[in-house]
Amino acid sequence: MPRLAFSVTAGDVETSGSASEEIASRVRALGIEEGLARRAGIVAFEGEMNLMLYAKSGGTVTVEILPEALEIVVEDNGPGIDDIELAMTPGFSTAPEWAIELGFGAGMGLVNMKNNSDHFEITSQPGDGTRIRCRIDRRTHAA
Amino acid sequence: MRLDEIVRALGLEILTPVADLSRTVDNGYTGDLLSDVLAGARSGDLWTTIQRHANVVAVAKVTGIAAIVIAGGARPSGDVLQKAEAEGVPILATPDPLFAITGRIHRLLFPEEG
Repeated sequence: MPRLAFSVTAGDVETSGSASEEIASRVRALGIEEGLARRAGIVAFEGEMNLMLYAKSGGTVTVEILPEALEIVVEDNGPGIDDIELAMTPGFSTAPEWAIELGFGAGMGLVNMKNNSDHFEITSQPGDGTRIRCRIDRRTHAA
Repeated sequence: MRLDEIVRALGLEILTPVADLSRTVDNGYTGDLLSDVLAGARSGDLWTTIQRHANVVAVAKVTGIAAIVIAGGARPSGDVLQKAEAEGVPILATPDPLFAITGRIHRLLFPEEG
């Protein structure tokens, strides 16, 4: 089971989260250490919520389980992020009011993804799309 | 302390009868911002919140939280409860406001701190 791929629907609060649940379950079922499963789950959840809240037509979350690392890629087709540095600032959020009332939009999503990864990479083209690649080494025990 | 002992001691209502209550609870976490809970809650924590939509189940599952306590008399939908049972995440409810139930849980888990 080296690769799992999930598609996430834009704006659908009720079904979003199921990809992260399954990722956490499948990673644990493989006997991967709990701390790593937790980090992978957090990265996947935050990525999934970003797709649900901000991507105009949803996107995909892909997890690859490699012998040396877990690699999670979150991709969408836009709208893209104008200022990545600003988006990465803890507390900065563009979430709509309805999402904030549901406990989203704390401005911690990308920060949580970065803090739970050993390698974090984000590329975005306004008008095009965003791609986030997170790698969690299986030999480290950070976070 | 075992989760079922906490449920009894605090008179919490069990909304997911199928979920396992034999887990040990080590600590608690209170919060309504999902990213904050992801960053701060630990496996085995009892999570008190006023959120009740489907994503609380995902947050609990990912972090390994022992159970969710929904405060203030709020109730999740049947779909959310079904999902919680399928994922093995117990959901408990209390009419107590968030502040009060957090204090009661803290006193129960850490009696020496008063």
